[in-house]
Amino acid sequence: MRTLTFARRNTKEILRDPLNLAFMFGFPLVLLLLFSAIQKSVPVPLFEIEVITPGITVFGLAFMTLFSATIIAKDRKSALLQRLYTTPMTAKDFILGYTLPILPIALLQAAVCYTVALVLGLKITIGFLYALLFILPISLLYIGIGLLCGSLLNDKQVGGICGALLTNLSAWLSGAWFDLNLVGGAFQKIAYALPFVHAVEMEKAALAGNLAGIFPHLWWVLGYAAVTLAAAIFFFLRQLKKQ
Amino acid sequence: MDAIKTTNLTKQYKDTLAVDNLNLTVRQGELFSLLGVNGAGKTTTIKMLSCLTAPTKGDAFLMGHSIKTDSAKIKALIAVSPQETAVAPALSVRENLELIAGIHSFSKEKQNSKIKELSTLLDLHAVIDKKASKLSGGYQRRLSIAMALISDPEILFLDEPTLGLDVIARSDLWEVIRALKGKVTVILTTHYMEEAEALSDRVAIMKNGKLLLCDTPDAIKQKADNKSFEEAFIRIVKGDLT
Repeated sequence: MRTLTFARRNTKEILRDPLNLAFMFGFPLVLLLLFSAIQKSVPVPLFEIEVITPGITVFGLAFMTLFSATIIAKDRKSALLQRLYTTPMTAKDFILGYTLPILPIALLQAAVCYTVALVLGLKITIGFLYALLFILPISLLYIGIGLLCGSLLNDKQVGGICGALLTNLSAWLSGAWFDLNLVGGAFQKIAYALPFVHAVEMEKAALAGNLAGIFPHLWWVLGYAAVTLAAAIFFFLRQLKKQ
Repeated sequence: MDAIKTTNLTKQYKDTLAVDNLNLTVRQGELFSLLGVNGAGKTTTIKMLSCLTAPTKGDAFLMGHSIKTDSAKIKALIAVSPQETAVAPALSVRENLELIAGIHSFSKEKQNSKIKELSTLLDLHAVIDKKASKLSGGYQRRLSIAMALISDPEILFLDEPTLGLDVIARSDLWEVIRALKGKVTVILTTHYMEEAEALSDRVAIMKNGKLLLCDTPDAIKQKADNKSFEEAFIRIVKGDLT
C-alpha cells in the first residue's frame, strides 16, 4: 500500500512535467525519423531501420536515469524525503517506490519507438515482443544509475551528470549510431567494458528474433544493473542515515 | 504522561557538540518552543526526537517510547513539518494530502473525511485542486502543516513554520497553530520572538547545544527583568543575567 502510494506519486511527478514528455517521446522519435530520412537519401545501408531502432530505443532509456535521479535529488532538496523519513515508510518502500513507476514508462517509450519504426518500414515479427521484453533488464540498469546519482548528487549536478554526460556516454559508447569496429582500439575496448553497447547488441539480437544472440550481452547488462542497484541502495540508505 | 522526556540527550558531530546533555520535559497538549540563535542545537534536537538522527549519548522518550529502540512506534505517533515546505510540487493540494494518508494506510473513507476536516481547519478549500508548485508561500506552509496533521499525530514538530511569510499569512497561521493547543503536543522552533511569546505555553532557550532556561514567556521576562521578550532572550543568550 505504502509502496504503491509513493510509486503513484512519483509517476505523476514524472509524467506531469512537459519537458520529461518531450525528452521521453519526442527526442527518440525525432532521431528515428532523422536517421530514417538520411537512409532514404543514401545508396548504401547506413542507418537501416532494423539496425538503428534498437540503438535509439536503448538511447532513449538514458532519460529514465535523468528522471529517477532528478526526482530523488529534488525530494532531498525540498525536504519531502525528510518528511517521509519520519513516517512509517521503510527503505523498501522508498527504493521500490522510486523504481517501479519508471519500468512501465520505459516499456511505453520502447513500444512507441518500435511502433513508429513499424510505420517507417520495420517488419513485424516475434522479435518485436522479445525486444520489448529485454527492455526491462536494460531499464533496471538505467534506473539503478539514476537512483545512484540521485542519492549522491544535488539536483543541479544531476542535470549535468545524467542529462549531459550519461546521455553522451550512452550515445557514443553504445554503437547506436555507428559500428564500433570502425573505430577499434582503446575506444572499442572501453565501450565493450561498459554496459551500453551490450544493451544495444542484446536489443538488436532480440529484435532479430535471435535469442541465442542475446548472450553474453544479457549477463553484462544484468551484472551492471545488479552492481548499480546495490550501490544505489547502499548510498540511498547512507543518506537516509545521515539525515 | 509526559509527551516528551529527554535524559542527557547528546549529539556529537566529529568536532562539534551540537546538543549537550539536554534534559527537558514537555507535557501532553503543550505548545513548547525551542529558541536559540543559529547553531544552538534546535534542529538537531528535533531531528533526534523525530528519529531522523540517532543520539550519541542519552535518550528521549516520546509518549513513553525510546527514540533509540522504538523508532517505528514513535514514527506512527509523530509528524514533522520541516523548515522547507516539503510538498510534492506537481501534485495538487488534495493529492499531497492523499499521499500522506496513503502512506499511513488510511481507508478511502477516513482519507476523504480527514481531507475535508483539514481543508476547513487550514482554509484550503479554494486551492484544493491547485498544484502545490502554483501556491503562494502562505498556502504552501498551510499545506505543509495539513500534511503533518493528516495522520492525527500526538506530537507535531513545526520547524520555522512562518519563515518568509508576510504579516497577514503569519497571523493566519498563528491562528491555526493556536487552534491545535490542547489537542496536539506541538514543538515549535522559530527565530521570531513575538511568535514564541504569542503562541507558547513554555519556551526552552538553547545556546551551543546547552539548555539555558526553560519556562513560560512571562517567567522568562521576569527572570531577565525585562518587559520585552526579545530583550529578555538577548540578555539570557548573551549571559547578561546577574
